[in-house]
Amino acid sequence: MIATESLSKRFPRVTALDRLSVDVGPGVTGLVGANGAGKSTLIKILLGLSPATEGRAEVLGLDVATKGGAIRERVGYMPEHDCLPPDVSATEFVVHMARMSGLPPTAARERTADTLRHVGLYEERYRPIGGYSTGMKQRVKLAQALVHDPQLVLLDEPTNGLDPVGRDEMLGLIRRIHTDFGISVLVTSHLLGELERTCDHVVVIDGGKLLRSSSTTDFTQITTTLAIEVTDTDEHPDGTRAVREALHARGVSVEDGSGLPGAGHVLLLTAQGEETYDVVRDVIADLGLGLVRMEQRRHHISEVFTSTDEREQRKEAVGHGG
Amino acid sequence: MAVEHSTGTAAPAPGDQTRIHNIGYRKYDGPRLGRAYARRSLYSQSLRGSYGLGRSVKSKVLPMLLFVVMCVPAAIMVAVAVATKANALPVDYTRYAIIMQAVISLYVASQAPQSVSRDLRFKTVPLYFSRPIETADYVRAKFAALASALFILTAGPLLLLYVGALLAKLDFADQTKGFAQGLVSVALLSLLFAGIGLVIASFTPRRGFGIAAVIAVLTITYGAVSTLQAIADAQGSGDAVPWIGLFSPITIIDGVQSAFLGATSASPSGVGPSTAEGVVYVVVALGLIAASYGLLMRRYKKVGL
Repeated sequence: MIATESLSKRFPRVTALDRLSVDVGPGVTGLVGANGAGKSTLIKILLGLSPATEGRAEVLGLDVATKGGAIRERVGYMPEHDCLPPDVSATEFVVHMARMSGLPPTAARERTADTLRHVGLYEERYRPIGGYSTGMKQRVKLAQALVHDPQLVLLDEPTNGLDPVGRDEMLGLIRRIHTDFGISVLVTSHLLGELERTCDHVVVIDGGKLLRSSSTTDFTQITTTLAIEVTDTDEHPDGTRAVREALHARGVSVEDGSGLPGAGHVLLLTAQGEETYDVVRDVIADLGLGLVRMEQRRHHISEVFTSTDEREQRKEAVGHGG
Repeated sequence: MAVEHSTGTAAPAPGDQTRIHNIGYRKYDGPRLGRAYARRSLYSQSLRGSYGLGRSVKSKVLPMLLFVVMCVPAAIMVAVAVATKANALPVDYTRYAIIMQAVISLYVASQAPQSVSRDLRFKTVPLYFSRPIETADYVRAKFAALASALFILTAGPLLLLYVGALLAKLDFADQTKGFAQGLVSVALLSLLFAGIGLVIASFTPRRGFGIAAVIAVLTITYGAVSTLQAIADAQGSGDAVPWIGLFSPITIIDGVQSAFLGATSASPSGVGPSTAEGVVYVVVALGLIAASYGLLMRRYKKVGL
């Protein structure tokens, strides 16, 4: 979908992108970086709106330097900032934007109605945008990026300013753009944690340099962490401690689930294979405790980073992650 | 087989017709009409917007009102000409816009910011440039739309005068010639005023500032120029009058049309520029239009994304 080759962008005083080479395939790809890491600059170059200082980039197999117009016809873009006029309705606005993408008038109307429904705007679409909530505005912004049925959408911080529920809904919608609509997605965020749940692939950049590019499954399936929570009984007033000690005796190392909800009552252990589950079951049964929950926890991508050599550097890059 | 298939998938259960079905996402494989079509769409949307069409009722009031105000004097003149069986219209076609310049200025001041400041203020510009159109397409569409809107505003009453003159059975050849000269003059005026208005408006995202700035530029220059011309004329330095006229948009139009379009100058002396001076006027007028276009291009290169 996107391929860049030692792509650099230098401004008189800053280097926004520094020999960035990255390959993005179909699916949902997260582009992570702190503010000022070069995410927006990259998007501008990919849309063919800003020439690269050196290196080259291709979007959908088209060179950004020469085929900008053709790329923009097949790509949707949702900016980070507010971009909606308050005095027109979502329908009128999206119809206009569909025509600006080259859709004939009738098709523009049909696609607008369809797209607004898909992003979850119903009756309110006939009201002026000025009265919408932030969540609804984000949906309109998303709709205008999807209305011309692009092959790829570039979403710049789509969850910005949303409350946790709105965030989850937006992330679900982004997931559906790929699974249901068949459109590939490049989504930027400075929050690594939320991309982990949504993306197939994550690209991390910092200071215009590529830190890491790999699929989310690579990040998180190296090991499986189990979270266990047990009840207390008269015999074992602190059931959690009893389990920890018993597991320890059988050679399974256990960590406290500090930082998690219910910390102190949650034990984390690394499952080496099927046997670990059996060991846990037996230990708890022997102690006569009730098992409240035993669940697989995926690693947060940030945890993967912090376990690498360049711990400090990456921690900085994804400072807001997790 | 066929029956089974249809009941299995599509046929709704009885009494179920009112439910809204999620028909899933549909791909679009129809035509994509590209850049030129997008530019035309932006042009027509902006032109309609200049008269408040496709916008709220509130935004229709001012442009429509100004259009009516432009046309009313023409209608009265026609009525008088027809009723009194006059052998000429009370004003020349070329003079009409000069008389009504305050209304034209007001229209430019209200609609130029409407056309471009809104896109800047609400940061809609990046959405345009993330689509097939380029900077030049946006600038041309907006420029052409406002110029067309101004042409409708200024040529409308001329058409009224012309039709009225023919109804009053005035000389056909004379009237047609005058009408044509008037149209050329207001076409130039539309381009010039649209350019100046858009350049000023494109530098401020605040509509109020835009309106004030456009009115200020158009009226202050005219006030200053006509005052200086009057002083120059009164002090006997009439030679300077045409040169002073180059410093305000409306007197430039006046100069061009009195040199080449058979108009009598509206300047205090009533004497228009000579043919040689008229050439300078034309050059300045076209230069200003080109400069406005260039400035807009530069401005939008920066605004971009």
